Amino acid sequence: MNKSTLIIVGILLIFGMYGCSSYNGLVGKDQEVNGKWANVQTQYQRRSDLIPNLVNAVKGAADFEKSTLTAVIQARASATAVNIKADDLTPENIQKFQAAQDQLSGTLSRLLVSVEKYPDLKANQNFLELQSQLEGTENRIAVARNDFNTSVQGYNSSALAFPMVIFAKMFGFAQKGFFQASESAQAAPTVKF
Amino acid sequence: MVIYHSTISMFNRILIFLFLIQSFVFAQDIPQKPNPPRFVNDLVGGLLSQGEINQLEQKLKVYFDSTSTQVAIVIVKSVQPYDISEYAIKLGREWGIGKKDKNNGVLFLWAPDDRKIFIATGYGAEGGLTDAYSKRIIETVVKPNFKQLRYYQGIDEATNSIIKYLSGEFDAEPTEEEDSGFVIFLVILFIIIGLIVFRNKGGGNRGGGLVPYTTYAGWGSSSGGWSSGAGSSGGGGFDFGGGSFGGGGAGGDY
Repeated sequence: MNKSTLIIVGILLIFGMYGCSSYNGLVGKDQEVNGKWANVQTQYQRRSDLIPNLVNAVKGAADFEKSTLTAVIQARASATAVNIKADDLTPENIQKFQAAQDQLSGTLSRLLVSVEKYPDLKANQNFLELQSQLEGTENRIAVARNDFNTSVQGYNSSALAFPMVIFAKMFGFAQKGFFQASESAQAAPTVKF
Repeated sequence: MVIYHSTISMFNRILIFLFLIQSFVFAQDIPQKPNPPRFVNDLVGGLLSQGEINQLEQKLKVYFDSTSTQVAIVIVKSVQPYDISEYAIKLGREWGIGKKDKNNGVLFLWAPDDRKIFIATGYGAEGGLTDAYSKRIIETVVKPNFKQLRYYQGIDEATNSIIKYLSGEFDAEPTEEEDSGFVIFLVILFIIIGLIVFRNKGGGNRGGGLVPYTTYAGWGSSSGGWSSGAGSSGGGGFDFGGGSFGGGGAGGDY
């Protein structure tokens, strides 16, 4: 009698300790994902902040296609409208966020392609430096997304693995979403002459 | 017996096979950090003379000593199949160029087979050496020189410009840190020796052996870190500090 209660208490203790340590591990991983997510958002914000300058520099060039510019401005507006909080990084939300940002990437790259037709714009030092800043920002976005994916992978693989998944469900740690390679990036670009 | 031998040789074969695969994959991948670390790493060879390499190395070493900023030059044959910016970031992170707490590393990467150059900036160096400045260095300094095969001049002037743009961003590392670390190390050492002596005199066989042993293990690992740091500073060398890269910088082809 006395012995069996001791055994039960012991099992409960072990169970509780394991729960605590797995909970703490998940909290750490969760925080890491949040930090990486903040960085992703910062880099996208940085791109968003660069766009008005880029648009202004391009606007100065004579008879630059208005439709390309308005497409960029509109895509920027709709991309900044999609904001996802760090505690709501579900796969669906990430997909929504990515779709809006990829839309902007597409219009931006079209803008940069059409710039090729304006030699004086391409020779403009101010524009060239803006362009290099935009390229750098795209690189930063790629790195931030990659780091985010790595941290999500670490989080998901521990939150969804067997014994841990019980505690994860109990404490409300949901699966988080990844960035996928965008469809436009997977398809080879078509060059039209 | 025969089976035993064949499993051994099978095991060996698998090992060799794995090793080959690993070295094959490695050959495609980022080169390993040189040991001892150097600022100028010509992994192709023949593009810079030994004297030129020494001159650059000397300049970057002096710059590191006075500002703690690590500017590394790496020449690889080709960055294929990677994008050069991706390769530069991977290499910068893997080698850990720049101090860990400042992320003040700059990597000048040159892939002669691809005719591409990239200046990658660590997180901390992005503020001084912006992407636009990196682009300007590549366009106005590196490209004109490289096109006329003046590689040393191109790299030399580029590092001068990098140093110019980063001036005032970072300070030298205080050297007292290592001294205080040494004092703490001595204090801990004395405490541990005292403990061991005391325990042995006390005669507590099992417990006495156990407790100093665990503290000893902890001390052993920490002393390893300390002595490697002192060794490199004493030898006039340095080590890459674990700085990280976030995609800053600019590139171009010539």
